[in-house]
Amino acid sequence: MTDRAITDLGGLEAGPVDTHEHEPTLTERRIDAMMMLMRQKPRAFWGADENRRTIESLTPEMYENSKYYERWVWAMRALTVEKGILSEAEIEARLADVRQRYAAKGDPS
Amino acid sequence: MTRFSPGDRVRVPHAFPPGHVRTPQFVRGRTGTVIRHFGAFPNPSLLAYGLSGLPRLDLYQVAFEMDEVWSGDGAYAPGDTVTADIYDNWLEPVED
Repeated sequence: MTDRAITDLGGLEAGPVDTHEHEPTLTERRIDAMMMLMRQKPRAFWGADENRRTIESLTPEMYENSKYYERWVWAMRALTVEKGILSEAEIEARLADVRQRYAAKGDPS
Repeated sequence: MTRFSPGDRVRVPHAFPPGHVRTPQFVRGRTGTVIRHFGAFPNPSLLAYGLSGLPRLDLYQVAFEMDEVWSGDGAYAPGDTVTADIYDNWLEPVED
């Protein structure tokens, strides 16, 4: 059914699940830290349910082509704009700076 | 005083409203049995949009027969059940 949320997978064919533990990468740790800074007191800009709703609102393409922490980044971006913490223009301007720096020096990660 | 008690038969509406909904698709339109009352919690469908989620909603654990949920499609033993945690506003009483 098309009205199934992209996160609502119960009963769908999924194939084997990789249950191996893995060490989070530096980028994943940074995303996790940023999310905690946004969500925990004293800021508490949004809660778990808002986070979930935002991830559910991703297009199926964005959701399926993103890893777990990448979805968190999409959620943080949407919620920072929704809450008026940053504007789309501010985010895009900053991203343009970063892309330019990476293009000049190469990706440092 | 809660609307349902353990042992009560309940039906989940076959509904697909927009918004943030915690009721999984596979139990919508299905009938089950309340097995536990967890307590009352802020409504996640409202919390999801930055609202208070009040008044709190009762949250129940509901058991569904596998045959009821999967329509006989799958490998499981007779009497196997699957449970889902469902808020009061997603449950209708069923008269047996």
